[in-house]
Amino acid sequence: MPVAERPIATTCAEQGSSRGALGHVRICDFSGQLAGAGATKFLAAFGAQVIRIEDPVRQGRWDILRGAPPFPDERRGINLGGGFNNHNTEKLGITLNLRRPRGRELLERLVRICDVVAENFAAGVMERLGFGYERLRELQPDVIYVSNSGFGATGPYRRFKTWGPIVQAVSGLTFTSGLPDREPAGWGYSYMDHTGGYYMAIAILMALYHRARTGEGQWVDMACTEAGATLNGPAILDFTVNGHPMRRPGSPHSNRHEWPPMAPHGIYPALGDDAWIAIACRDDVDWRALAGVIDRPFTREARFADLAGRLAAQDELDAALVGWTGEHDEHAAARALVAAGVPAAAVARPEDRIERDPNTAEWGLWPEVEHRMMGRVRVDGLPVHLSRTDWSIARGAPCLGEHNERVFCELLGLGRDELDALRADGVI
Amino acid sequence: MAGPLEGVRVLELAHERTAFAGKLLADAGADVRLLEPPDGCAQRRHAPFAGDHPDPERNLSFWHYNTSKRGITLDVETPRGRELAGALIGLVDVVLEGEDPGWLTAIGVDATAELARNPALVWVSITPFGRSGARAHDPATDLTLLASGGPVWSCGYDDHSAPPVRGGGNQAYHTGAHFAVMALLVALIERQRSGRGQLVDVNIHAACNVTTEFATYEWLVAHGTVQRQTGRHASLARTPPTQARCADGRYANTGVPPRTPEQFRRLRQWLVDLGLVEEFPEIFLLDMGMERDHIDWSSVGKDEELTAIVAAGRDAIVLIAARLPAVDFFRQAQERGIPVGVIYAPEEVLDDPHFRARGFPVDVEHPELGRTVTYPGAPYRFTGTPWRLSRRAPRLGEHNAAVYGELGLTSADLVALRAQRIV
Repeated sequence: MPVAERPIATTCAEQGSSRGALGHVRICDFSGQLAGAGATKFLAAFGAQVIRIEDPVRQGRWDILRGAPPFPDERRGINLGGGFNNHNTEKLGITLNLRRPRGRELLERLVRICDVVAENFAAGVMERLGFGYERLRELQPDVIYVSNSGFGATGPYRRFKTWGPIVQAVSGLTFTSGLPDREPAGWGYSYMDHTGGYYMAIAILMALYHRARTGEGQWVDMACTEAGATLNGPAILDFTVNGHPMRRPGSPHSNRHEWPPMAPHGIYPALGDDAWIAIACRDDVDWRALAGVIDRPFTREARFADLAGRLAAQDELDAALVGWTGEHDEHAAARALVAAGVPAAAVARPEDRIERDPNTAEWGLWPEVEHRMMGRVRVDGLPVHLSRTDWSIARGAPCLGEHNERVFCELLGLGRDELDALRADGVI
Repeated sequence: MAGPLEGVRVLELAHERTAFAGKLLADAGADVRLLEPPDGCAQRRHAPFAGDHPDPERNLSFWHYNTSKRGITLDVETPRGRELAGALIGLVDVVLEGEDPGWLTAIGVDATAELARNPALVWVSITPFGRSGARAHDPATDLTLLASGGPVWSCGYDDHSAPPVRGGGNQAYHTGAHFAVMALLVALIERQRSGRGQLVDVNIHAACNVTTEFATYEWLVAHGTVQRQTGRHASLARTPPTQARCADGRYANTGVPPRTPEQFRRLRQWLVDLGLVEEFPEIFLLDMGMERDHIDWSSVGKDEELTAIVAAGRDAIVLIAARLPAVDFFRQAQERGIPVGVIYAPEEVLDDPHFRARGFPVDVEHPELGRTVTYPGAPYRFTGTPWRLSRRAPRLGEHNAAVYGELGLTSADLVALRAQRIV
């Protein structure tokens, strides 16, 4: 249950009277997958009206998650992808065939009433569709246009294509995740699709803030590989200033911690199959507390008493520590160390952190949404709470064209008969 | 031209958990006042140092995370320090802090009280587990947050006798910072209309939890548990490798193997152009791939011929990778419309012609060194309100005179405060 000082959106009194902190913002959203959809999901949770535009001919399959597993039950189909639902909560969905003049005309009318146009196509696709920034600006002079591609709109690689793992590879993040004398471990998920989406949301919000002050819109050209390359700053400076490369024997060793140095610091086997515990001793106080908990002969050795000694014999220290961790349940061991003030954590399986962690439960981190075809499904919530205008995630992702009537009739003023004709003509 | 956040004033209480959020704001043009204790914040004291010489003014982490900020000093734990902290808060739009929950209240700088005094203030707390709750006071580091929050479970090697891996670079803190900036911008935009501020509570552990892609929604939707694999997505069932060792010993991500006739044609042509046909007797399978309409992914493993075709596509890419340096493999593949990626070390990114052509490496003046230092540049290109590294990180107390001047303090006042170790 949420704690009292942290009202969650569904119970927040002020939320009921308005559409949330971004209730005045309307977004024409071509984005998809995660790198784009994640950005507009955040904005929609704060009340922005996000209108997803999908291609009726390909049934929205540009977004490969639309019909991809996991599925909540035995049913399959373009409206039943679990990932798609997760990333597109609180959005409206319409279909529009931009190969048709009438489709393009309707898009023009939509752009005229939107504040933001967001997309994460490969660079140049919007230009080819006839809706590059110059055209968008003709339609809506103060439009905010945010494009998020792998390598950006300029430069020798502008036509190169990426998805999360390729972005991570090129930006240095795959390399910096790994153990010595092995190939890179990289990331077991698209960290840069998530994070590219965060940067895209930041870009949209910064541009909105500026526009409210000055009336000026603008284009933001985002290259996901550049965003990723900003996430290893100290390592880059250690090279540009000191000439120390990360690519050297024994490096990286990313379960250890060099800056600031800590020891012991690592991920150690625990009792049981594929069970692991992470332990970080930040200083000698942590070390003495850890020694008090585990109380083995090695913890009394003088050479481990101070940080310099522990760093100098880190391999032996780790081997000795494994003698203790390997005999303990990772959750019980982590609890004992944390109680003594030592940073420690079981390497949580999804079930551990979703079903049994008081922190995610208290936070309300897994809201349940209502999806028109899937029914009630839990999704990722947001790791922030605002005291006055918090987020709300209650509606599932739109089915293909689910909000055609609402957008074309209520927003653009088309009649029901016109809508039927558009449908019959394959425009929507 | 100024950045998009020109005019936004931020007071950041220096902390490893706030530093990146403050940098994102400062590089976007906000006036970020970094408040450190009079003897400097903890981040100045550990390696790496410029020239490997320990010196709080030459700390490379501090340099990176504090570009474009101004620096002031204050001992907020003294009565006069508390009073001045209150006055400094009165000057700003946003307070950004990452202290352990309850510590600021205990020393008399309480968020609720400050919000009552300053109704337009946005107060942002970035903490390991949020400001309250069962785990609010648990000790935590980047490593333990990534382990408890989910990312570590998904990262590592096919070989499960090796431990799962924590991705380097303090990414838990980065993810917390990304959400902090997103949320405080929402609060600032809302304030443009309502005139009112609020409290923003950022939970780094929760941020890690919702930054794990399939791992979370496989469980939420279907109660499936993904398993880690070398260099590729953790998955319910083993998937084929996507990392290959290149001729120079470096690795590349080989992407998704070909699945359309056009992709098979391009791959085949590449083998021909490299003179590798003789070494790849399975080339006939690529020909068969060109004759298929589309590869039905779900039939791989069931349809024997199709499985062989897909495997041949992958093998051909691995063969080519083994014959080319990683960068050449990457560029040639992409130029042929086959998306793969070179696995660069961080320092190699800045040397790449694409990133140089876009001006990604940025030289910043360091007058004390008599040279410039090259930093990673813009994560996004604002065409109207440029992102900018406006200055190197502040020296300790560098902007005391200017900032305390806004409170009417004179240089004589500052000398007196300095003598008492309050600034």
